Amino acid sequence: MSINMPLLQVENLHLSLTTDAGSFPAVEGVSFEIARGETVGLVGESGCGKSITALSIMGLLRHPLGLSGGTIKLTGQEIQALPASELRALRGKRIAMIFQEPMTALNPLKPVGRQIAEMFVLHQGASWNEAEKKAVDALTQVKVPAPARRAKDYPHQLSGGMRQRVMIAIALACEPDLLIADEPTTALDVTVQAEIVDLMKELCAARGTAILMISHDLGLVTDICKRVCVMYAGRIVEQQDSEQIFNNPQHPYTQGLVASLPRLGMRALHGRRKLTEIAGVVPGITAYPGGCRFNPRCNRATEICKQVVPELEPLGDGSLVRCHHHG
Amino acid sequence: MADSNLLSIEDLAVHFPIGGGMFSKPQMLRAVDGVNLSIKPGESLGLVGESGCGKSTLALSILGLVDPTRGRVMLDGKAVGSEADRLEVARTVQMVFQDPYASLNPRQTVRRTLAAPLRLHGVSNEGEVADRVAEMLRQVGLRPDQADLYPHEFSGGQRQRIGIARALILKPKLVICDEPVSALDVSIRAQIINLLLELQAEMGLSYLMISHDLGVVEHMSDRVAVMYLGRIVETGGWREIFEQPRHPYTRALIAAIPDPLTRGLAREKARGEIPSPLNPPPGCTFNPRCPHATDHCRSAPPVLSPVDEGHLVSCWRAEEFAKEPA
Repeated sequence: MSINMPLLQVENLHLSLTTDAGSFPAVEGVSFEIARGETVGLVGESGCGKSITALSIMGLLRHPLGLSGGTIKLTGQEIQALPASELRALRGKRIAMIFQEPMTALNPLKPVGRQIAEMFVLHQGASWNEAEKKAVDALTQVKVPAPARRAKDYPHQLSGGMRQRVMIAIALACEPDLLIADEPTTALDVTVQAEIVDLMKELCAARGTAILMISHDLGLVTDICKRVCVMYAGRIVEQQDSEQIFNNPQHPYTQGLVASLPRLGMRALHGRRKLTEIAGVVPGITAYPGGCRFNPRCNRATEICKQVVPELEPLGDGSLVRCHHHG
Repeated sequence: MADSNLLSIEDLAVHFPIGGGMFSKPQMLRAVDGVNLSIKPGESLGLVGESGCGKSTLALSILGLVDPTRGRVMLDGKAVGSEADRLEVARTVQMVFQDPYASLNPRQTVRRTLAAPLRLHGVSNEGEVADRVAEMLRQVGLRPDQADLYPHEFSGGQRQRIGIARALILKPKLVICDEPVSALDVSIRAQIINLLLELQAEMGLSYLMISHDLGVVEHMSDRVAVMYLGRIVETGGWREIFEQPRHPYTRALIAAIPDPLTRGLAREKARGEIPSPLNPPPGCTFNPRCPHATDHCRSAPPVLSPVDEGHLVSCWRAEEFAKEPA
């Protein structure tokens, strides 16, 4: 195995939604790579397919969603077709995930210390006794005050921020290679969000854990990630360096998003300007337009945009864009 | 005193008793605890704060939906409360809600939703009702022929337009917007923000803009008030608040924004989490999370005092923070 092999390779991923009315492409031709210790963001609005892309990496897709093509490789090994038992061994140990709402992701009937300890028992064969001690250490690392006492608490006794710390402790317990974070701070207050984000950055950097961050918040993703993939209606439309996405977006959708955000500080710099609007609405999965899926909302759209799906085109500086008229 | 303010809130406190039984006294939740605020005609005031800080209770007391424990809310020169004329209050102040899915009746057509307030307020001529509904729909960017559709036939952004139309159809003077865009898709938010600003200019509205999104608040407000655990901790013009924030909590809110544009603006974040309003810490309620707290802050509560023309801060060390960058 080469040392330069990416940790995760998602290639030409197709996910479909099957309903009585037929099968619809929820995700189409998504490809990206994550190197060891790298931080990559997947940004998009609700329904764009970012969360189900993450679930498919975890092998957690369930009917009516299913994988209809493409490969997912973890250090070169294809994992999309592994049997359930092998996937279970992988989940939590090599790939871990934290979710948006820690209250629904944690078991309400077990003390949180026990839920962390489970990881050590399941994946490292530790005894419960030993595992519960390790759980207290894990709580210390996520900076939960009075960890020995908190380990005995049930999820409802903790605040939202504390619960998310517990989720991070569970996710990082077995030192996974990849942490998938799906909107991990959306349910939290802004000042608490800032603390949780700092904690995630710090712990993952110290352990060399790669992060796949999923969010609708462009600012948050660029704060955590080195590279950003922007998704629209099931396709990646742009991949950029985080530093560049605000200053030099290439796809009309990304450009529209950046220009439409009322960012703090803009009014002082430029006065109150009318925000740039993106016309129309996000199309539903059953009514994706042909060609480029952004074409009905795009001010640069021409005939070709309605007919031909643009390829994801490299721009030379490592960024990629899927647009006939980019720039 | 001749009052040029459309809304003035004077020493408002709203306390809720929690628990208590035959032998135990209930605990007092001080949702709003001594708030002074005012809004002039045509002005927008941004109200910033995190969950549990009392901003929604404050909104409810302006609408006359909860009675103050202490102090009063004056709207257009008249006190709001259980004794006030409910219909008159409703003609003066209306609200736009956060969730356009939950705040519209799914079994009523848009026409019925918009006509109800008109009928309730004495517009009984069918022709006039129809005209005003059609005109209102045009003003919020919908087509009059969409009036006979049901909420589920609209997108989220369009539903919020209906929510705005419902709030404006009685031509109120003050509109409380409670997180008006945070439930919407990011690419739709600009449309609604632009619409709210256009309508404000057209109709001469005053806004109370409640949001945790400081970018939205800066864009839409003339003045800003920052609320923490039931009290206003800092208030001033949007420039003062966002360019020279004095209160460590305001600074922490700015520092928490993950946007490269604000990275240089403020760096010191808040520690830990918001304490329960049932059991607020003594002294300055922000002291357990404040990077600058001293013993004095832990024992004596600071009062909101002016540091500059129209800029008030409730912090013992506000003077020290005057010169240094945040």
